[in-house]
Amino acid sequence: MTRSCPPCTMFLSVPSPENRTYGSKILLSFNPHQSQTYMNKLSLVIQREYITRVRKRSFIILTLLMPLLMVGLSFLPLWLSTLNDGEVKQIAVIDQTGIYAPLLQSTDSYRFEIVGEKQQPDAAAKVGKELFAILQITGDLSENPNAVSLTSEKQSPQELQSLIRQTLREKVTQQRLDQLSQGGNVDEEAIAQVREILDNRPSVTIQTLRMGGDGSVSESSTELSTIIGMVFTILIYMFILMYGNMVMQAVLEEKKSRIVEVMVSSVKPVNLLIGKIVGIGLVGITQLAIWTLLAGGLFSLLSLFVVAPEQVASMSEGMGGMADLNAMGNMGGMELNGIMGSILSINWLEILLFFLLFFIGGYVLYASIFAMFASAVDSEEDTGQFLTPVTLLIMFAFFAGFYSVNNPDGPLAFWASMIPFSSPIVMMVRIPFGIPLWEKILSIVLLYGTFILISVFAAKIYRVGILMYGKKPSLKEMFKWVRYK
Amino acid sequence: MYLETKDVVKQYAHHLALNKVSITVPKGSVFGLLGPNGAGKTTLIRIITRITAPDSGEVIIEGRPSRAEDVYRIGYLPEERGLYKKMRVGEQAMYLAQLRGMTKQDAHRELMRWFRRFDIMSWYNRKVEELSKGMQQKVQFISTVIHNPDLLIFDEPFSGFDPVNADIVKNEMLRLKEEGKTIILSTHNMESVEALCDNIALIHKSEVVLQGRVFDIRKDHRPGIFRFRLYGNGFDLDHPSFTLLSKEPYHEFIDLRIRKAEGVSGNELARLIFDHYEVVSYDEELPTMHDVFIRTVT
Repeated sequence: MTRSCPPCTMFLSVPSPENRTYGSKILLSFNPHQSQTYMNKLSLVIQREYITRVRKRSFIILTLLMPLLMVGLSFLPLWLSTLNDGEVKQIAVIDQTGIYAPLLQSTDSYRFEIVGEKQQPDAAAKVGKELFAILQITGDLSENPNAVSLTSEKQSPQELQSLIRQTLREKVTQQRLDQLSQGGNVDEEAIAQVREILDNRPSVTIQTLRMGGDGSVSESSTELSTIIGMVFTILIYMFILMYGNMVMQAVLEEKKSRIVEVMVSSVKPVNLLIGKIVGIGLVGITQLAIWTLLAGGLFSLLSLFVVAPEQVASMSEGMGGMADLNAMGNMGGMELNGIMGSILSINWLEILLFFLLFFIGGYVLYASIFAMFASAVDSEEDTGQFLTPVTLLIMFAFFAGFYSVNNPDGPLAFWASMIPFSSPIVMMVRIPFGIPLWEKILSIVLLYGTFILISVFAAKIYRVGILMYGKKPSLKEMFKWVRYK
Repeated sequence: MYLETKDVVKQYAHHLALNKVSITVPKGSVFGLLGPNGAGKTTLIRIITRITAPDSGEVIIEGRPSRAEDVYRIGYLPEERGLYKKMRVGEQAMYLAQLRGMTKQDAHRELMRWFRRFDIMSWYNRKVEELSKGMQQKVQFISTVIHNPDLLIFDEPFSGFDPVNADIVKNEMLRLKEEGKTIILSTHNMESVEALCDNIALIHKSEVVLQGRVFDIRKDHRPGIFRFRLYGNGFDLDHPSFTLLSKEPYHEFIDLRIRKAEGVSGNELARLIFDHYEVVSYDEELPTMHDVFIRTVT
């Protein structure tokens, strides 16, 4: 085919027969249907950003394996701790009083061996070899509670310490009560009752209820809310950081590969930026959707097969010790049915809806900032100076979220969930506890208002930055770019 | 008149990138945009392609101010050019073509044609990162012309090409010109300016310092150097109307380069030599664009 185009018709855009469709499209773009081509280009950019990422092998693997990995990672420590059981640790007990040593019961992991006082130097020499530790009791503990020491070469495990502490504490309690009854001033029967109370430590389960605005009272589980809040906070923190970073990488990639000028000769820089942020954001939402489906599926599978209650109990005990989350430890006490019931009673739809809203807001806010700084530099190494404050901001939000869990209605939680830079992360902690609607709406309005302002500002800097190579600009110079035509 | 810029001014924070730049690019010609690095060529191109806006002045296309839709009729190959490394060649070319307003079907048909023409069909499904730099340049060239634009802007199009491929591109440009396309060529390669350009503008320190037809410019910049080939084995004429630059024996001839003094015409000089020696041939040196460039900017 000849690509001839007689000069006379050239500027009239009269289509040659071969490219009639194309020609008519140009004509179309001259009339008021401009928005059509505008949307077209934007959707092309969004499509490319989305598709090239979603079909990456790393994305598919991460998306499918992450939930399994998470479950695996929480069970791994449990499994590892059972591994350790094989080794029996010897502890030599040197008890000058002779009262306490016989009470120490050997377990699967620890074997207590009573050793005479004279053999102490012998034993000391063996510490770190056959012996794991020496427990030395030098006096009556009911009179002098500090007269006990545990010497070992390695750090002695918490488990061992609490085992010894508990045994000794029980004996000391007995001793004190004995002393009391020997004094003869107290009724024998009363002491017997006290002993019984102490033997069967009463346990109290608090039923936490929440009063709704309409006066209705609903059951709530603080423990569960804590866990859900934490999970979603970690998730949104991870998402914002991960996908914000992805936008930064994408901007840098375009700049480094020098394609950006080719692109902006046919797409407005603003559209390129919007396309990138929307496309990558959709990747995040896709991942979230897949995870939600997987989690939902996993949960229904779990509820179908009855899990032995003691298994759940031991599982949550282990997790409690591991993460030092008291709340999780307490879960062990709950009935399995209760857990299932509580999980079902949570308003998942509401949580997921707000997660989506806060993810979009937080992601766009931070992604604009990341894109703005990435556009101004030539390579990753130069981003540090600009990004450290941003990363610190996200870290602050993360820790604020962490502490808000203890007091979800406190001033830290409230203010941090209103300030747009931390609200997406902190608000996710609070929502499972149930907070007034106006707070959520205000927080979202503030967040979205801020991201609109910031992204307009970022787009102005981006537009200039992507075409600047060479010297890294200062913040002051970047602010000057905003006024460029 | 296809394209002109009128008093275009662009000010950046610390320097004036363009100071009242007016150029006129006739329709269906190749226009050379020359100038040292940092003179403002790229800024001017970015204004023509509507990537940035001028602070004042305007770009006129076919006698009216340029509009947003005009970008569909411009094909621009920037100096700083690249491709998405992780994308496949065909996919990438399709993407760029669609961004320039083509429908999927048109883009695909045209791509096939160009890929066959450049004999690179086998690259269609290869990843860009697997290609050599020269191969990538070919793909970039195709992406620039695929949408059949009326105005083509090439910024250093020959860098990175081996001589064979540089010739292919050169011929493609001449063919595009024959089809009636207007081409703006920005390059430091002065030989290609002489070979391809009809008109040029030389930008120096943000201003247009020289503009016009290549031949006229070279003619106007004649340094007044004449070459004579004489019979004989000696030349010892000394006269105030010229200075001898060089004297080389060549077989039974002598080749001279002499510069005429100011106020002396070429004819007077020739007559003087003809009077004294037997002249085989003589001509006046036309400066190369390289010489004009150097003389103008230094």
